[in-house]
Amino acid sequence: MQKRIGVLAVQGAFAEHINILNKLGVEAFEIRQKSDLYHGTMEGIILPGGESTVMGKLLRELEMFEDLKTAIEDGLPVLGTCAGLILLAKSISNDKSRYFGTMDIKVKRNAYGRQLGSFHTISEFKGIGDIPMTFIRAPYIEEVAKDQDVKILAEIDGHIVAARQRNMLVTSFHPELTSDYRVHQYFLEKVSSLSLL
Amino acid sequence: MNQRYELNKNLAQMLKGGVIMDVTTPEQAKIAEEAGACAVMALEKIPADIRGAGGVARMSDPKMIKGIQEAVSIPVMAKVRIGHFAEAQILQALEIDYIDESEVLSPADDTYHIDKTKFDVPFVCGAKDLGEALRRISEGASMIRTKGEPGTGDVVQAVRHMRLIMKQIRQLQNMREDELYHAAKELQVPYDLVCYVHENGKLPVVNFAAGGVATPADAALMMQLGAEGVFVGSGIFKSGDPAKRAQAIVKAVTNYNDPKLIAELSEDLGEAMVGINEQEIELLMAARGV
Repeated sequence: MQKRIGVLAVQGAFAEHINILNKLGVEAFEIRQKSDLYHGTMEGIILPGGESTVMGKLLRELEMFEDLKTAIEDGLPVLGTCAGLILLAKSISNDKSRYFGTMDIKVKRNAYGRQLGSFHTISEFKGIGDIPMTFIRAPYIEEVAKDQDVKILAEIDGHIVAARQRNMLVTSFHPELTSDYRVHQYFLEKVSSLSLL
Repeated sequence: MNQRYELNKNLAQMLKGGVIMDVTTPEQAKIAEEAGACAVMALEKIPADIRGAGGVARMSDPKMIKGIQEAVSIPVMAKVRIGHFAEAQILQALEIDYIDESEVLSPADDTYHIDKTKFDVPFVCGAKDLGEALRRISEGASMIRTKGEPGTGDVVQAVRHMRLIMKQIRQLQNMREDELYHAAKELQVPYDLVCYVHENGKLPVVNFAAGGVATPADAALMMQLGAEGVFVGSGIFKSGDPAKRAQAIVKAVTNYNDPKLIAELSEDLGEAMVGINEQEIELLMAARGV
């Protein structure tokens, strides 16, 4: 049966994720308001790149926040890229805001400075190999909680840029901006299939 | 294509589905961020006041721009006069996230635009039609917006520009390949950009609506016509309740296809900006820099 994955589409680069999911033979649907959460099954969700402040605000005001938080806590597979990573983080070192806070990581927002600090590189992602990584005003993970089951999947210059904890996979770069779909495949195979067992 | 340009186009990708708001003080920037703006545009006076005051409109005071950069965590954009590459150098030195080479300010050069390929920071430029959009892109713009008619609160010109750009894109898409050379000549743009539009049915960069958006309905209209996001200037801070109106416009852009929700959002927003009808305009900003 074809997998069905929701992509949060209140703001940001959600179309790119949907495009990749479709190319991988997965049915993707946009989540713009609460009723979208309940149109059929959802076997996973992607929180895309964009502005975390905007997404966090719209999630709350469109009354999706609590339902999604509960679903993620209950094991809904989730891939968070850049802003999506910020939404999942338990703590943000340079911002008072908190969003879902379901993942035991501490992140730094805009960690590489302004747009002039944005960069592209190729680096290793554990279990996949070398992949292209595009960082746009990116955050990074400062630390992961030691006594928790957080696995570090990629690091650049000593900073964690990808990690996984149970049903949650996060990257501080944008796999959706390249034509390399291996992070999405990893999410579909390793993360979302696990939770269905 | 160089990597910096790709990164700059990618930042615009992240702004999609969002609202970029004009602000003139750190306080306004905070209101915009709290209302859900995906970026703010720092400028000296909002377009309606530029119209009101007359005189020459220039790049904002770097001190004000720095104050806004410190006040918010979202990207900060700022405007330079058309062709004024020295103003752009200053903004790059301030590490601005996006430069708007804008017809809202008084043009500094009536022939040449800035050679934007010489800069590391990204540029957004205005356009009324496809030729203008592709000329700006060939100069290095990594984001396009309609010109509309800033500071009027009248959406008619933004609609005209967005419809025209989308129509010309559809026309290029439907042409035979051997007709593209002539199309490039007529549009006065590089052939390879014409080929890109023919093959992909869209601009190679993100395209926002700007100029005249004053209500949630205006924002939804622009999104339905093909905009990937919206710039709002005077429409917010010239209205009765800026915070409420700003929030309503943000939500209208996200759910532009849900008239029921937009009906709720449009309720009780207080006074919209008074506005100027097209026939009453004394200064056409859209005519600047083609």
